[in-house]
Amino acid sequence: MSSPLHLDSLQLAYDTPRGPHTVVDGFSLDLAAGEIACLFGPSGCGKTTVLRAIAGFEPVRAGTIRLGDTLLSSPQKHLPPEQRRVGMMFQEYALFPHLSAAKNVAFGLRRLDRAAQQARVAEMLALVGLAEAGERYPHELSGGQQQRIALARALAPSPAVLLLDEPFSNLDGGTRERLTAEVRGILKKAGQTAILVTHNEAEAHAMADRIGVMHNGRITHWLETAPSPAP
Amino acid sequence: MTDRSGSQGRVAHALLGVSAAWLALAALPAHAATDELTLYTTREAALIQPLISAFSAQSNIKVNTVFVKDGLLERVKAEGARSPADVLMTVDIGNLVDLVEGGVTQPVKSAALESAIPANLRGADGQWFALSLRARVLYADKNQPLTSFRYEDLANPKYKGKVCIRAGQHPYNTALVAAMIAHDGEAKTEQWLRGVKANLARKATGGDRDVARDILGGICDIGVANSYYVGQMKSAKEGTDARKWGDAIKVIRPTFANAKSGGTHVNISGAAVAKNAPQRANAVKLLEFLVSEPAQALYAQTNYEYPVRKGVALDPIIGQTIGALKVDPLPLTEIAKHRKQASALVDKVGFDQ
Amino acid sequence: MLMSRRQPPGLRAAGPAWRCASLLIALGVLAPVLTLAWLAFGSGVGHWGPLFAHVLPQAALNTALLLAGVGTLVLVIGTGCAWLVTAHDFPGRGVLNWALLLPLAMPTYIVAFAYLDLLHPIGPVQGAIRWMLGFDSPRQFRLPDLRSMPGAIFVLGFVLYPYVYMTARAMFMTQPAHLLEAARTLGESRRGAFFRVALPLARPALAVGLSLALLETLNDIGASEFLGVNTLTVAVYTTWITRSDLAGAAQIACAMLFVVVALVWLERNGRQHQRFGSTQRMRAVQPRRLHGGAAWAATATATLPVLVGFVAPALYLVWESGKRLHQGGGISQGLVASLGNTLALAAGVTVVAVAAGLVVAWASRSQGTSPNRARWQARAATLGYAVPGTVLAIGLLTPALAFDAALAGAMGWQGLPLMGAGIVLVVACAIRFLAMPVGGIEAGLARIPPAIEQASRLLGETTGGTLRRVHLPLLQPAIAAGALLVFVDAMKELPATLLLRPANFDTLATWLYAEAARGTYEEGAIAALAIVLAGLLPVVLLARNQLGTTPAVTPPDTTDPA
Repeated sequence: MSSPLHLDSLQLAYDTPRGPHTVVDGFSLDLAAGEIACLFGPSGCGKTTVLRAIAGFEPVRAGTIRLGDTLLSSPQKHLPPEQRRVGMMFQEYALFPHLSAAKNVAFGLRRLDRAAQQARVAEMLALVGLAEAGERYPHELSGGQQQRIALARALAPSPAVLLLDEPFSNLDGGTRERLTAEVRGILKKAGQTAILVTHNEAEAHAMADRIGVMHNGRITHWLETAPSPAP
Repeated sequence: MTDRSGSQGRVAHALLGVSAAWLALAALPAHAATDELTLYTTREAALIQPLISAFSAQSNIKVNTVFVKDGLLERVKAEGARSPADVLMTVDIGNLVDLVEGGVTQPVKSAALESAIPANLRGADGQWFALSLRARVLYADKNQPLTSFRYEDLANPKYKGKVCIRAGQHPYNTALVAAMIAHDGEAKTEQWLRGVKANLARKATGGDRDVARDILGGICDIGVANSYYVGQMKSAKEGTDARKWGDAIKVIRPTFANAKSGGTHVNISGAAVAKNAPQRANAVKLLEFLVSEPAQALYAQTNYEYPVRKGVALDPIIGQTIGALKVDPLPLTEIAKHRKQASALVDKVGFDQ
Repeated sequence: MLMSRRQPPGLRAAGPAWRCASLLIALGVLAPVLTLAWLAFGSGVGHWGPLFAHVLPQAALNTALLLAGVGTLVLVIGTGCAWLVTAHDFPGRGVLNWALLLPLAMPTYIVAFAYLDLLHPIGPVQGAIRWMLGFDSPRQFRLPDLRSMPGAIFVLGFVLYPYVYMTARAMFMTQPAHLLEAARTLGESRRGAFFRVALPLARPALAVGLSLALLETLNDIGASEFLGVNTLTVAVYTTWITRSDLAGAAQIACAMLFVVVALVWLERNGRQHQRFGSTQRMRAVQPRRLHGGAAWAATATATLPVLVGFVAPALYLVWESGKRLHQGGGISQGLVASLGNTLALAAGVTVVAVAAGLVVAWASRSQGTSPNRARWQARAATLGYAVPGTVLAIGLLTPALAFDAALAGAMGWQGLPLMGAGIVLVVACAIRFLAMPVGGIEAGLARIPPAIEQASRLLGETTGGTLRRVHLPLLQPAIAAGALLVFVDAMKELPATLLLRPANFDTLATWLYAEAARGTYEEGAIAALAIVLAGLLPVVLLARNQLGTTPAVTPPDTTDPA
């Protein structure tokens, strides 16, 4: 079930031989359940780092990350990614090449019994419009199809929040537009809280409810968007 | 990446340069300015080098040696008529007989050879000649109360878990088994082999010197090995491992239960003249030298073997530790005849498993 | 690591001269195998009775057990250490990264006799244990003998794991990090991500490394003999030598070739399935820094194989050599000559093998219509690696000497010039090791984009000229890696040398073997040490070439390692 996400005065940094290099400082964000936000900015502004911190791949130097009532990250506590109920879509698809599409989608469903797994996989594949592609392998799918399977996989375990790291930047223009609108529709229908990261303005406007423009590790201002209604 | 490949390239070039030079030198046909002779042997260089050097010094004949560990017969056969081998030297009567039967030797008539070597230690038509003897003796822990021993006793259950020996299929052992077949018959020998296998303290593997080492290490109390190692070990420098092993054992000359003569099983090192020897005369000269008194003394003193020529003194250590040899009068050709049987029997009993 | 099966259009097939030369080389490699078959079946199967009943079943069983045991051990050690070094940062990681390859410099027979000495009841290890436990003599307390199947598995496993380590590490290094991160966002712990994602993806590479290690195990004669394990290879040897049955030996050898074919198939299969590699820009796995107890545990775990497989035997050799030199033995002239011979032989073999490999690899590039026809020569050329050295040497004797005699007759020379000059020996070793340069250069050629060749041709250069001016420089890393591997293996080569060497010719390996066969192990220590030292330099160069310490952002140039 989706939950609200709270980031409070986050400080994120990398270690370099010359000492820590702060990427993000004093970053705060409040996301309501079911809301789709976008972090928008040029390369190096820290947006992907924030995403990875929410997922649990970056440690937090200061500030906190809360998901619903659960404290995910703080300087003292760090919940491992696998316990966070955070789903993620990557720029490079990241479908497991050695598993079929259906097995990919089923990957995070180990706690369910066989029948429940199969049912959920079928449900997810239908949701992204690839009901008959279950037995195909990633290398047999087009770019757009791979991203849809990636979405199905990420949504299958009902994550509290979905993170999207520039998921459409490797697709060609037409596919990108179509897929963006589709994905927004799916997320809204499911009431899924989501954060999108991108440097593409059109994509930001098409997907998100509001856009946080980032510069040098902080959000400089928020934009309300008027995205097209779900198809 | 490029300078890594570069450094590798430089190393490769340097090595290639060295190799090309070396191979070029090696490939140059040897100028036959001096009298020459080519020897193919399976004996280790260290053992025969003194003999070869003495021969070259005395006769001014240069000896080119090819040390073939295995496959002497195959190599000479495959070389055929163009083979440069003059003398074929090996150990074990079986190997010598194989050479003769493989058709790669030729008969030699030489009064010197016939007078120095007893008739049962050379081929009837001069196809092979024994040059030295070695006895297969019992090594025992020096605290063991043993004074005499029969080969058949190795299967006695009182020695269970106390016997060390090398692989049953090794030619030294199959010769012993063949001799036992000739003395006691196949059925009894099979029984004996099973008995010895049951008495083994560890797998039948390793070398003859490992028997001494394992006796020192407490793995076993008795074992069977060749006589010349005793000389090597006991004369090694004080404090070396070999010396320690040698000092841990005493040696007994076993006999066969059935044989009234009471002789010990021996094997030989020997030689033959190659069928297509380009330097036949020199080949005979080498053989005659090897049975001469100075050479036989070298066999005795440097290699700790038993000379084939009568009247040559033994090395003192051998004389003290093992004593004068009473050779089992069984003709060696009998041993060669039963060889295949012996080998099959060792397999049947699973001795080496 | 992509290997395209179809050459893109626009590449001209190699000229007829190349293809002819390649055919000759392929036939040259097949000749010993065919001779073996002829030897095996020429004399009928009548005398198989006792062999079949008593020797073969046990030898086959022993071989199966040995392969299974060694296979398991090398997979666990090689994969485990590769993952440890790739995904974690701990003290000593930089050194261990390449040090884990060091056992490659140790021939199996040397490690076997080193441990026979070290672990003997009167050796240092058991002596220390007895001292600690308060026993006086080995008769009161001793450990199980090393001369057994478990002993052989232990020795071979810890010496041959680098084959798996090398391929696994290269694979793990190029796995995209986000695959593992995706697994973690789906609820898998780090361990789960390793077993469910990283390991399955690495399976093809592991298959390649495993098959190489098992081929080496199958081929091994020295260690198996010393340790008393009667494998099929030992059976071939003893059948030939002690049972004086060359036909029987050839028959067992032919039977072994089936096992070999299976292993080679495993390796080929592995290489083909490596198309799992991603073509996109990707971030490699970032090593995770370990702290405290976990860090030291990691260091200890990764150090153990290096200690057992290399450091302990090497120190033993140094110690024994020192003892020998101290006792006034000195370094004999024969030993120095052997060193020179060994280097010359290895270098000669390397030149021949790399040149032949280049011809075969180049000729097997062909256009559209019959890609498989030319490729069979490349596959045939790699067969030599699969045939054990002894078997190859026996098979080569007849055709090589027949050719030698014919040549000498035609040119009016005396005797057997090729044999006498050691050329037959060089050819035998080159056949044996041809697989490495062929595989490496083929992989290197596949990685050169066709556009480069097309550009060269459009600028007026011929195919041959393009080879010389464009391909060869680009192939340098592949050629160098192949050459290094051949050099190291040629230095350690024993069985073929024992059979085919010319007069007055000893290599370090034959010197050492003669000493070991006599039982004078300590005198062989200096020769053994020289083999290991001389083999060390290429191994270190290979390690630095193949394995960077920090994972690169773009996939590094990972040449197929043999």
